[in-house]
Amino acid sequence: MTKANSTKTKGSQTKSSEGSSAVTVARDLSRRAYLTMLEARLLEEKLAALYRSGKIVGGVFLGRGQEALSVALGVHLRRGDIYAPLIRDQAGRLAFGDTTLDTLRTYLGSSLGSMRGRDGNIHRGRPSEGYHAMISHLGAMVSTVCGGLVAKRFRGEKGAVGATCIGEGGTSTGSFHEGMNMAAVENLPLVVVVANNQYSYSTPNDRQFACSDLLSKAVGYGVAGHRAVGNDLVDCLGVIGEAVAAARRGEGPQLVVADLLRLVGHGEHDDASYIPEAMKKSPLGRDCLELARHSLIEREWLSHEEADSWHKAVEKEVEETASKVMREPAPDPSEEDWNAFASPSLGRNLKLGGI
Amino acid sequence: MPLPPLPLAGTLSLEGSREPMSSITYLEAIRLAQQRALKEDPRVFIYGQDIGVFGGAFKATKNLAKEFPGRVLDAPISEDAMVGLAIGAAVEGMRPIVEMQFADFSTCGFNQIVNQAATLHYRTGTHCPIVVRLPSGGTPGSGPFHSQSMEAIYAHYPGLVVMTPATVEDAYTMLLEAIELEDPVIFCEHKFLYYHLKAENLPATVGEALPFGKARIARPGRDATIVAYSAMVHEALAAAEELIQDGYEIEVVDLRTVRPIDTDTILASVARTGRLLVVGEAWPWGGVAAEVIARVATEGFGLLDAPPQRLNAKETPVPYHPALWGTHRPTASSVANSLRQLLEL
Repeated sequence: MTKANSTKTKGSQTKSSEGSSAVTVARDLSRRAYLTMLEARLLEEKLAALYRSGKIVGGVFLGRGQEALSVALGVHLRRGDIYAPLIRDQAGRLAFGDTTLDTLRTYLGSSLGSMRGRDGNIHRGRPSEGYHAMISHLGAMVSTVCGGLVAKRFRGEKGAVGATCIGEGGTSTGSFHEGMNMAAVENLPLVVVVANNQYSYSTPNDRQFACSDLLSKAVGYGVAGHRAVGNDLVDCLGVIGEAVAAARRGEGPQLVVADLLRLVGHGEHDDASYIPEAMKKSPLGRDCLELARHSLIEREWLSHEEADSWHKAVEKEVEETASKVMREPAPDPSEEDWNAFASPSLGRNLKLGGI
Repeated sequence: MPLPPLPLAGTLSLEGSREPMSSITYLEAIRLAQQRALKEDPRVFIYGQDIGVFGGAFKATKNLAKEFPGRVLDAPISEDAMVGLAIGAAVEGMRPIVEMQFADFSTCGFNQIVNQAATLHYRTGTHCPIVVRLPSGGTPGSGPFHSQSMEAIYAHYPGLVVMTPATVEDAYTMLLEAIELEDPVIFCEHKFLYYHLKAENLPATVGEALPFGKARIARPGRDATIVAYSAMVHEALAAAEELIQDGYEIEVVDLRTVRPIDTDTILASVARTGRLLVVGEAWPWGGVAAEVIARVATEGFGLLDAPPQRLNAKETPVPYHPALWGTHRPTASSVANSLRQLLEL
């Protein structure tokens, strides 16, 4: 998958004179990450609007407030890596190579999307290209990514990493535990990012786990642990960058835990009234997109004018893409083969009475 | 966990009265199929508990770790993650075989099997060619958690192939076929047959076997049809032998694969005999026997001269004591009784 986005190349041509190459790299990465966060935010705002106007059937699950953490993983991955994003990872998905177009196609059920109306919303991916399509059962993707890494080890491929994300609620599942333990036993180059957004749907952390710090799980599993400030883009980029680099160097599984707050409900049907106002007003509740803009401008890595022009360009692209997708055909039940088997001999030639 | 005691000699009715000529057991056929797959296909690896140096709880991977270093891997006690790992590896082009130590423990990997493996192709177009081997069915003394027959549960889910071989030859060729298929396969190998079923030799090629998904007429007849699979095929054949003295010729259909199910062969047999008894070792409720009867009732009602019957395990957990267990499951004797009742209807 490759991503063509003219706003990105336009942005990267400014401010190239001063500073060491390390600063240049950090600046370019931060700019790319910020632009991707912006794309995710504006795309999700469009999805919410489409949902409210009844154009999207089923749920809409947004990552508002989690874009910095999500994108920080996505931008550190490259072709040949394996990525299994979760619910609030629109930014990471776009950074990994997913597109506004396929996101809208999947949400709107276009027959031209990668899921062809067979699955929707956040359940999208292209597994054969290393981009896994999550199932709803939390924790399940940890071991799946392990399997991809084992396959690469069998083939002698070196340098690739696998990465997945989960919330603090997902760490309570048996699947998460089994997957983490397995990754550690096999010493796989796996990066698991835990977004501790304080509420699993409506359940607060004191009803979810009793340990004082989720990062202590890293010790229990025998894997490296990292802590990031979940709504600080520059911090997330640094911490996750180091975790990914350590995995690439062969240092085994890496667990990243980041505290933050989801700035929306679990889905668009949920007003998140269970989150106390005081928490929303605390540092946890600060909007990572605004913070990132401020931070980049303060560093002179981005100007107000540039940020505004990116905003307009992304908004335009999202609007145009949504209009295009809404004219695309829905899946036609009469053209479905209604066959869940992949083997060509099954369900077609054998005529075994409607298997 | 302790290996259950071996089946009591003489409780298993082998096909016909043929004496085994040599020593290729059903279990050895499974080991040999895996050995061949590992040898011929570099994409194949095996993952399961105690399967490496130890060779598996039943020795289905004996010496394979030594012969194929790094490709027969001990897994932690994590059935969910074992299947998850297999799925992820299959997506990347491997052909993983997962050995569940007992079919019963596959419930701990159920989510990955039915929600990830079974849906992957339909949802994403990416194939999921994994094989999950389930040492299935009862043996005396094994009790509620080492005796279960899980085929109906998995057959319920679209996207899963469910194989239930009843012969040494099928155990060998169908396992090789399972590895070749592009779909996830639940391979129900019967523990009762492991040691007591023997064959003279194995087919040299899979092509010598029946086509995939095709049921086998294990014994031709004219008065009634028994549809069975796995270990129950042998109980059915013994019952059919018993009814010769009553003057009846009973046809026995071995499903071989319960999903896809070969409705054509079943209907053709019922067309010949007019009477149907379906025998399954699993519980009756929503099971394979119920499915066979539903298909015959809906697609071949006019072929029936009597109401179709089924004989399954009793509806309790599988009991521990051999005396209870022997009554819990269908046997040649209870199949013969059911047949006599069916023939009087």
